[in-house]
Amino acid sequence: MRIAACIKRVPITGGRILLTEDARAINTQHLGFTMSPHEECGVEEAVRLIEANKGDSVVLTLGPPEAVDQLRDAMALGIDRAIHLQTDGQEWDGESTASALLEAIRADEAANGPFDIIFFGNESADSGGFQVGIRVAYGLGRPCVTGLKKVTLEGSSVRCEQEVDGGRDVYVVPLPAVLTVKEGLNLPRYPSVPGKMRARSKPVAVSDPSRPAPRLELVTLAVPAGQGRRAESLGSGVTAAPAVVEVLRKAGVL
Amino acid sequence: MTVLVLMEGSDASRQALTLARKFGDPRALRMDAIQPFAPEAIAAALAHAADELNASAVFAAGTERGNEVMARLAARTRLPFAANCIAATPGDPVAVTRVRWGGSLLEEARLHGPRSLITVAPHTVPADSGPAPAEMEIGPPAAADLLVQVSGHVAPANGGVSLATAKVVVSGGRGVGSKEGFAIIEELAGLLGAAVGCSRAVTSAGWRPHTDQVGQTGTKVAPEVYIACGISGATQHMAGLKGAKRIVAINSDPQAPLMLNADYTVTGDLKEIVPAISAEVRKHR
Repeated sequence: MRIAACIKRVPITGGRILLTEDARAINTQHLGFTMSPHEECGVEEAVRLIEANKGDSVVLTLGPPEAVDQLRDAMALGIDRAIHLQTDGQEWDGESTASALLEAIRADEAANGPFDIIFFGNESADSGGFQVGIRVAYGLGRPCVTGLKKVTLEGSSVRCEQEVDGGRDVYVVPLPAVLTVKEGLNLPRYPSVPGKMRARSKPVAVSDPSRPAPRLELVTLAVPAGQGRRAESLGSGVTAAPAVVEVLRKAGVL
Repeated sequence: MTVLVLMEGSDASRQALTLARKFGDPRALRMDAIQPFAPEAIAAALAHAADELNASAVFAAGTERGNEVMARLAARTRLPFAANCIAATPGDPVAVTRVRWGGSLLEEARLHGPRSLITVAPHTVPADSGPAPAEMEIGPPAAADLLVQVSGHVAPANGGVSLATAKVVVSGGRGVGSKEGFAIIEELAGLLGAAVGCSRAVTSAGWRPHTDQVGQTGTKVAPEVYIACGISGATQHMAGLKGAKRIVAINSDPQAPLMLNADYTVTGDLKEIVPAISAEVRKHR
């Protein structure tokens, strides 16, 4: 079995987002980075499937040289190797990201055979374009099911549960397939120390695709005005309890 | 100029329709035109209808399904797609304002393409009361487009109060300290008929199931009162609170972002304060 997981490096934003001077990016000077939460679950699922069925797992990302940290994180969880499409840090839109990933996946499949499943996050934490996985699926001519909270292999098909209002919808599609997943699909493991050690020596194939002119072109970013909340202190400690109950009563919920 | 709108029969769809009217005379195609739901078949029907109308733009609500179908339309017709916009202005290129980070950032962008594909972020654009657009008929779907189609349904697992629709949510963060620490949160929630929520730190630690998580990658809530206990208020969490009418924050750190973004704050140890609120609620019954 061959499984791929595509991830994106994003900053850990904390409590307040600060922008760069040109307002075209988040000021990440004092921020750490991670992979998008949905994608972390895609990586975990890929590792579990290969643990259960044996085979080859690959993690792919399109991002700056530093995104190798997130590739190593994925390999520390158990992914076998990585493909890094290196950028100069400029923003790539979803359409361009998908075509670069598609090309890399095609090249890997030409050498090693098709992936049974390619995992994507349903949407990235930062730009939230909701499209990269679907575009790659179309490029490969494979079925794509989105927003998954549960994935179960059933012979040469995969049973997928998608979260909707009032429960989950079920889809069953033949393999190979592209699946976009959401946090909650599983609880990703913490990387072990030996896992981190092994990740350091796992192979990372690097290429540098050229960035086409984006057709969804970022101009500037802005932090939206606050919701106008003016925090009123109800006091401190247990003596504030009656005031909290008064808030509940006034809101008509008590 | 004609535009096409994918309608789901929700407020979010009416908001998308409102924005669509700025671009031209709208026609509608219904999300439930094919039953059970088959996203590729709907995308194919949209592509066909948009060509037939020579539509300059296609709009949908920025719901899970709206975004999914529009991304499929974009992939199928090789067009750029702007998800979760709160404003859009016709032109060449089209100017859009879209949300990032679950609404914590706004992006001004230009959309270049012969046909604009746009979804409208729910609850961001007021809906007008204009006329309902004429609906497009759709032909029988191609078998290949029915490969991905809903074939079953699983009912929600927990019988408790639904987080998304709860009138009151009592939510705990890292400050709760442990899985067992949630007993006092559950007690207060039980007294108030409230849903229990939590932050991402809590689900990552395995203290609560992901179905309890409020935030950008969890559930978006819209209660009358949201009581946040020991939650710092990272942007990831705040993205799930935009619909909350009143936020009460309980935290030992008065400078925690959630304390600064709440309506009411109580400073101190939640392990003492939450049981005291429960005791006070009991007095009122």
